[in-house]
Amino acid sequence: MQPIFEVRNLKRAFGGLAVTNDVSLSMAPGDRVALIGPNGAGKTTFVNLVTGNLVPDSGDVRLGGETVTGIDAIGRVRRGLVRSFQVTRLFLDMTPAEHVALAVLQRDGRSGRLFGNFLAMPDVMDEVGQLLGKLGLRDLMHRKVSEIAYGQQRLLEIAVALALKPKVLLLDEPAAGVPQSDTGRIEQALADLPADLAVLMIEHDMDLVFRFAKRVVVLAAGAIIFDGSPSDVTQDPRVREAYLGSYANASHAA
Amino acid sequence: MSMTTTNDLIAERPAKHRFGGGDLIGLGVILALAVIGYFLFPNNLALLTRIIAIALLVLSLDLVTGYCGVATLGHAALFGAGAYAAGIVSAHYGINDPIAMLAFGIVAGAIAGLICGAVILRAHGLPQLVLSIALIHLFHEFANKASSWTGGSDGLSGIAPSALIGLYEFDLWGRTAYVFGVVLLVLVFFILRLIVRSPFGMLCRAIKEDPIRIRSMGASPKAALMKMYIISGAVAGVGGALNAISTQVVGLDSLSFTMSAESLVMLVLGGTGSLFGALTGTIVFMFFEDVVSAANPFHWLTMVGALLIAVVLFAPKGLFGTAAAFVARRREAK
Repeated sequence: MQPIFEVRNLKRAFGGLAVTNDVSLSMAPGDRVALIGPNGAGKTTFVNLVTGNLVPDSGDVRLGGETVTGIDAIGRVRRGLVRSFQVTRLFLDMTPAEHVALAVLQRDGRSGRLFGNFLAMPDVMDEVGQLLGKLGLRDLMHRKVSEIAYGQQRLLEIAVALALKPKVLLLDEPAAGVPQSDTGRIEQALADLPADLAVLMIEHDMDLVFRFAKRVVVLAAGAIIFDGSPSDVTQDPRVREAYLGSYANASHAA
Repeated sequence: MSMTTTNDLIAERPAKHRFGGGDLIGLGVILALAVIGYFLFPNNLALLTRIIAIALLVLSLDLVTGYCGVATLGHAALFGAGAYAAGIVSAHYGINDPIAMLAFGIVAGAIAGLICGAVILRAHGLPQLVLSIALIHLFHEFANKASSWTGGSDGLSGIAPSALIGLYEFDLWGRTAYVFGVVLLVLVFFILRLIVRSPFGMLCRAIKEDPIRIRSMGASPKAALMKMYIISGAVAGVGGALNAISTQVVGLDSLSFTMSAESLVMLVLGGTGSLFGALTGTIVFMFFEDVVSAANPFHWLTMVGALLIAVVLFAPKGLFGTAAAFVARRREAK
């Protein structure tokens, strides 16, 4: 299948240190890929390069066959590359309904409209109700985000991302900081993601990785050291070395 | 399983989002105050008209500061641009129709908004504040130097608005100007209520909270803020033009740092991020100033300062903001 998302030979160095070192990755619609790696492996830099928040020294990012390396972060979102944040970034004074409505209106190019309220726009409210309903947030849709639980805020992050109808979704630790009792809901939301959506999840929780991903990519010292099935990842000697190495270093440092 | 229809979702929306009720009460209050003012101060309609003009400036400031979080101490530039444009077309070009003068004021205000926005939005926080101060001084100095057009420090005179819609002359008592001002305020207020609740208004509130998040939703915070600056300029332009038409003179004070700072004080006094707050702050400040400066011409500024300190300490959301929060708490308690 034609890849929807491709990264070719991406490189970025900070002061001589190659934080992203010749990374190539390709994803097709419907892919469920987990990106893992020890601390300092360069995951955040990779995400920033892909989303357009950092400019690579060399290499290309392609989206749906189009090279988007020279396009800024906003342009990439408009072309279907959407991310969620590791620490929730929501508008605390606004309601879940307003969040999703804003995403829907933005996606349709209607967020600049000076008249009319989304509450009186049946098509928008339909989508807002459906999306929030699917994630179990329908009853809270008119509460302020500051008043809802953290786990529900994480779900709202996913709802906002989905409302933008992405082609490629980058999920940055979607279950980070969520109490054990609420992770089930998030896993269900991940399992219910649209089948044709390509999802790249950055995650530390290996249980979640194994349940979600069909393919695992391991990043260490800025380079991809493994790209394969979840069943093989724990057996791979380079992966073991990267993780054990980092633990060994950590224990030395301690 | 029961199906939830869109109508159900719309029906269960919270009271604060319903149309009509709050707006009608707000418009009713404005009109009632206008009528009371007319009968209570028949010899001081010029002050009331001035309050309306300044209220338009404070509403305009609320759009960028209260709703978008832009820090500015140079907002009178937009007001002054509107005032000078309306005055210049009358004094130098013989365009004396008040509606046409108003239109020039609006356009000039919007253009000043575009210029100020283009400069101020390049920075954030303190640098943003400094840029805004630099801008108001530049505008002031430009108006001072271009004295053949603006009258410089003597002020622009020779403004002679003709009868409003050909029927109502601008009389010595300022009745026509006052009614004109009230109509403009009601119209602007109604339009702004629509705008702050529109998708664009929602986008601006979101930008105020987290511009980076908005970028990751594919919207450009800068483009939205520029648009709001232009709208804000148009609103301030209405205020400036009203001031030029009603007083028939435009002075450099309408482009001053003092006026910019005072408008910010009025906004904080009433409560930012609320159109009612902007109106409340203007009315309270200007009445207070008028009454106290008449009662004690030497120490009135001290008293204004004391009032401000009291509000900031005891009602940090501003007079209207604090009252609204109190009412909301009482409602929830019930």
